[in-house]
Amino acid sequence: MSSWEDDDSAAAAAAAAAASTDVELLKRAWRNEKASPEILRFDSPLVSRVREQIQLLEETLDDFGESGVDDLVVSLYQMDLDRTLFLLRSYLRLRLQKIEKYMMHISKSEDLLSRLSQQEQRFAKSCTEMMEKHLEQSVLSKLPYGYDSVTRQSLSSTEDDMGISFDLIIIPEPQLDTFVFCKTKSDVGAFQLDDIGEEVVDLVADDLYVLRYKSIKGLVESGQIDLI
Amino acid sequence: MAGQSDPHLSIFSPSEVEFVAEDEIVEIVPNIRMEALNMICGDFGPFFPQIASKVPLWLAVALKKRGKCTIRTPDWMTVDSDCLIAYLSVLLLYIFMVLDAERESPKEFQPLPFHYIEISKLLFDHARDDISDAYLVRSLIEDIRDVRFHKVETGLETISGRTHAVKLKNLSAMEVNIVRPFMVRTLQAFYKHDSPQMIQQTDNTERSKAQFGQLQIGQELVPSHCKFVIPGCQKLCSLQASSRHSISYS
Repeated sequence: MSSWEDDDSAAAAAAAAAASTDVELLKRAWRNEKASPEILRFDSPLVSRVREQIQLLEETLDDFGESGVDDLVVSLYQMDLDRTLFLLRSYLRLRLQKIEKYMMHISKSEDLLSRLSQQEQRFAKSCTEMMEKHLEQSVLSKLPYGYDSVTRQSLSSTEDDMGISFDLIIIPEPQLDTFVFCKTKSDVGAFQLDDIGEEVVDLVADDLYVLRYKSIKGLVESGQIDLI
Repeated sequence: MAGQSDPHLSIFSPSEVEFVAEDEIVEIVPNIRMEALNMICGDFGPFFPQIASKVPLWLAVALKKRGKCTIRTPDWMTVDSDCLIAYLSVLLLYIFMVLDAERESPKEFQPLPFHYIEISKLLFDHARDDISDAYLVRSLIEDIRDVRFHKVETGLETISGRTHAVKLKNLSAMEVNIVRPFMVRTLQAFYKHDSPQMIQQTDNTERSKAQFGQLQIGQELVPSHCKFVIPGCQKLCSLQASSRHSISYS
């Protein structure tokens, strides 16, 4: 990625941050995470900011209880707190589900691992280790040589009799070819959907499209497009 | 490869869609005095009796439940102005569409709030007495829903192997959620069967049966050539592949 693009996306991110609250940003992250087939980058600063606000409000609510503020006001603040808590929990749980599902795939790739938070990395690592150990003990150790790998069906299955390369990998991977619903936030302009430039779509602001996730991945990461 | 993406992971439940809709801003007229609320999701108020104020829908419903305010009906939900016009034009478009179904006419959706279904449902459930002509508005919105969904359904039929992008201007959140499983699986199925790898595989197996001896040359050519083939042009691909073959054998 060139520095120009970096500046551009940073500026876009800054504009988005100025325009909306942290809850709004978390909600967007939650929706994107829900709709995208693969795991997205974890926004640690955002999550810690939301955590702080939650903690602050919890303390304020305790104070309210002591100082005898109107019940109605307390219940409204409580609702606000509950909504934010739900959002945060749902977001974190969703990521854990994805990690659990694709743990082998994620722990193989440095890029994917770097998208996780430290706690999530620990979780992925211990999860993978436990799974490998379990498979090893229960099945794989009893299989003959060549068939005892966690990641391959068998050593010989990488090539069949004809010499055609078939990578029979049995690790679940997210399907990036899938189609997603997305909404543009600003004009993107003519956007190339595949590598050869045959399919070009003009992405206009605030429009709804169904596109292949792989082709708009970059736009999701730079925050120009929202998944819904 | 065989597994479709897990539907449970990527789909919002109806209550989650409603949760998102509850953050939409509506206007209320409170009948109590209340200090400003500095919440995590934003600052609202202060509130004074009979002075309109803008709050998120969930807050409006909470106040309404306790009898502390009335909710102003959003403009698009009133009968006399926009809604009726929208309704009529939807109907007209609908008739037009049925008549013109064979020709591929652009099937536009009328602009309505992204969460119109959820907002209207919440308002009908909790603030029915604040809506004038509630009965009429409700049946109109239901009609609009039906007509729009019918459009979505007819739209689904036009998806083919060459569909790489679908534009759904003004489709609402709940409609997206309903149509998502059909849409995604259809597009995926078409995409999968049109992909060069798929074509290449069938190509290879056919060839290997027919010309076993000369396979070594053919195999190197086909995959590298197929990379440049547009997905969706199956015929073109196999034709070109075989022409390359005849050259290499001669």
